[in-house]
Amino acid sequence: MTLHEMLVSPFADFAFMRRALVGCLALVLGSAPVGLLLVMRRMSLMGDAMSHAVLPGAAVGYLLAGLSLPAMSAGGFVAGVLVALLAGLATRYTEVKEDANFAGFYLLSLALGVLLVSKSGSNVDLMHLLFGSVLAVDDAALLLVASVASITLLVLAAIYRPLLLESLDPVFMRAIGARGGVWHLLFLLLVVMNLVAGFQALGTLMSVGLMMLPAIAARLWAASVGGMLLVALLIASLSAVGGLLLSYHAELPSGPAIILLAGVAYLLSMLLAPRGGLLPRLFRSRHLTN
Amino acid sequence: MISLHNLTVSYQRHPAVHHVSGRFAPGQATAIFGPNGAGKSTLLKTIMGAIRPDSGEVQFDAISRKDIAYLPQQSEIDRSLPVSVIDLVSSGHWRRSGLFGNVGRQLDDASWNALVTVGLEDFALHPVSALSSGQFQRVLFARILVQDARLILLDEPFNAVDARTTFDLLALVRRWQEEGRTVIAVLHDYEQVRAFFPQTLLMAREVVAWGATDTVLTDDNLKRATETAAHWQANAPVCAVDGQGVRS
Repeated sequence: MTLHEMLVSPFADFAFMRRALVGCLALVLGSAPVGLLLVMRRMSLMGDAMSHAVLPGAAVGYLLAGLSLPAMSAGGFVAGVLVALLAGLATRYTEVKEDANFAGFYLLSLALGVLLVSKSGSNVDLMHLLFGSVLAVDDAALLLVASVASITLLVLAAIYRPLLLESLDPVFMRAIGARGGVWHLLFLLLVVMNLVAGFQALGTLMSVGLMMLPAIAARLWAASVGGMLLVALLIASLSAVGGLLLSYHAELPSGPAIILLAGVAYLLSMLLAPRGGLLPRLFRSRHLTN
Repeated sequence: MISLHNLTVSYQRHPAVHHVSGRFAPGQATAIFGPNGAGKSTLLKTIMGAIRPDSGEVQFDAISRKDIAYLPQQSEIDRSLPVSVIDLVSSGHWRRSGLFGNVGRQLDDASWNALVTVGLEDFALHPVSALSSGQFQRVLFARILVQDARLILLDEPFNAVDARTTFDLLALVRRWQEEGRTVIAVLHDYEQVRAFFPQTLLMAREVVAWGATDTVLTDDNLKRATETAAHWQANAPVCAVDGQGVRS
């Protein structure tokens, strides 16, 4: 097998591979920065919680309109936003902490979702909802992913400063009356949007992987937020391309293949990365005089 | 500039600040002094607007809440985040730069000058994770300099800080007074209060004494503060002062 056959012809020869490629790369553009901000705000598990929370909405969409992407996406979005809002309100008005509230509401939501799916469809549908099928991405899905990526980048560019400042020093933001809560909520909307966008291609469970794994790995490589963003985008894109090729050649399901590659990048980063990796810690350079 | 009117703040119905009234001397430094659990931090947070009082109010005259700089006791700053010292200091410009505004040359100069003032200009481009706690406290003081606030609230600002740093930062407190800013600081060091704070509020949930430091920090008052703070009852009856203690 030539290099061309290995890397290029799968995409050159098959339209569904090209669609999958474009879809995944667009997805990466939005979800990698969102993932990085989640990691920096110590909300790494929040993405996971939200991905489960999306399920009942998608199921309701499926019940009403069958296997229709717009209906399922809209349902998923509504359910995700609802859980984010309820958890946010509960955090604000009760003594329960935010992570506990998210756990509470997403579990409720997940149970409801599984109930709805099993009451109405077969287990195959559930598998599809949870794990997606990147090779069946159609025009509508591409459009959705591209729109979400564009909106995400624009909104992040606009709220970048307060969002970062709020992760760094929430008390300061409160003290100067900068209403950190608004930015937080906007950001949670972006999280939900990106999970819903990834849901046709990767499924609700797998799309979190593409969001979080490159972001966690990126923290080990770069010293600045900008640098981390670039590394996260790079790792996520390479995982997407590599995962698609892997699934094509080895006939593996594409979603898990992509996420596994991102996972390998994460493990390698933990071993090798200069900032806090394992090997640099074992083999220290000699210290300076001052 | 700020006065407290019959202010009560409680946690689970137990008052931490109990019917406190008085006025902070504008343009002067007031120390809040008292034993642990006397409600000092709670009072600062209430002035800052982070806690809502049960009853009474904090009244601001000719100053808005945005004119307040607040340094919490334990800053919740996540120092593992990849932020440089100069960026953290520049966040004090928020009121002027806002959401999108450019931190232009003028504001940037102000940040650098503030770092020079606290003696950390060499660290400007370092990540905040590289600082010791004393250096970090200097950086937070630099941010207050940048904020240019008229009211400065400090909650035990010299807790984990060595003598030299404390001395340098106290010099800043003196400078702020000379510039006519009002400083209110929770402190535990008797000598610091005597040397740098002309006004003192001695409290033990209630006001024990409030006024010129010399007249407030007497042996008699200090003893009363300690005794009052020790009287804590799990099954205290509902407070009946002007009927506002009654809650359903």
